Amino acid sequence: MTETSDHEHLHQYDPGHEHPLQADQDDSITYFKAMEAAVRNLLIEKKLITAEQIREKIEQMDARVPANGAKIIAKSWVDLEFKRKLLANPRKAIEEFGHDIGPLHLIVLENTEKVHNVVVCTLCSCYPRWILGLPPDWYKSREYRSRVVREPREVLQEFGTNISLDREVRVHDSTADMRYLVLPMRPKGSEGMTEDELVPLIGRDAMIGVTEVKV
Amino acid sequence: MPQFTVGEKVRVLSQWPPSPPIHCRTPYYIRGCSGVIERYCGDFANPEELAFGRVDPINLSLYRVRFKQLDLWKSYQGGISDMIDIEIYENWLEKI
Repeated sequence: MTETSDHEHLHQYDPGHEHPLQADQDDSITYFKAMEAAVRNLLIEKKLITAEQIREKIEQMDARVPANGAKIIAKSWVDLEFKRKLLANPRKAIEEFGHDIGPLHLIVLENTEKVHNVVVCTLCSCYPRWILGLPPDWYKSREYRSRVVREPREVLQEFGTNISLDREVRVHDSTADMRYLVLPMRPKGSEGMTEDELVPLIGRDAMIGVTEVKV
Repeated sequence: MPQFTVGEKVRVLSQWPPSPPIHCRTPYYIRGCSGVIERYCGDFANPEELAFGRVDPINLSLYRVRFKQLDLWKSYQGGISDMIDIEIYENWLEKI
């Protein structure tokens, strides 16, 4: 079928050729959904927390986006004293941005001409959610988790990232209580740019370490 | 107090606890492998107990251990200096 005829038939009523409905994703109660609802309702009934507090928390979690991390990276590129603090004591440096990273510990991994860092959690999906938001689906996939530890350069190539053999590729497996943020190299050609101009260049994937930042 | 110091050579125990019910944070691929302590991360609750709602009163020291990729995978195709850093609890490490 050509594109044209496919397009045209969308505008014609054809009772013998109806499109299937998109399946709803929330129409079944699974074991964990039932458990979540039961625990939530118990906590509310016992007045330990309120429905409003739960809603607020979800709203706060959904407000976390990779742009928060990009602002931290951009500042470290233009303010060397901030970069020094970010590498030495990430928690304190990030608190200046108003991000509470909770009980977990953050390690900032600096990419250099000699080392390229890339982060994975082979056991599950550990990720610095307070600053980057929710992890991408591929980060949680079995394929990424199993392959990036044993053939990181091939995986990076599939993301369009070629690291020369004389540069070390250092994989970080986030197996326990640490969380990781990659500090990418400032790209060539960005020398005259301001902090605000740099922020949109810095994507989520560069802060995981599967890409490098480009102008 | 951490038992190991930065730069010390260690081996990950080659233990294969029966499962389930077990929860541990030491990936299969690294068991039995040798590396070097990269840093001491602090003391944390034992995840093997925590996963079942039990809190061991004694926290475990956690380290980041650095391994050479060429030591882990026979067919590794990358650079000779490529590394992998993994967080491992002290109860899974032994001196070489």
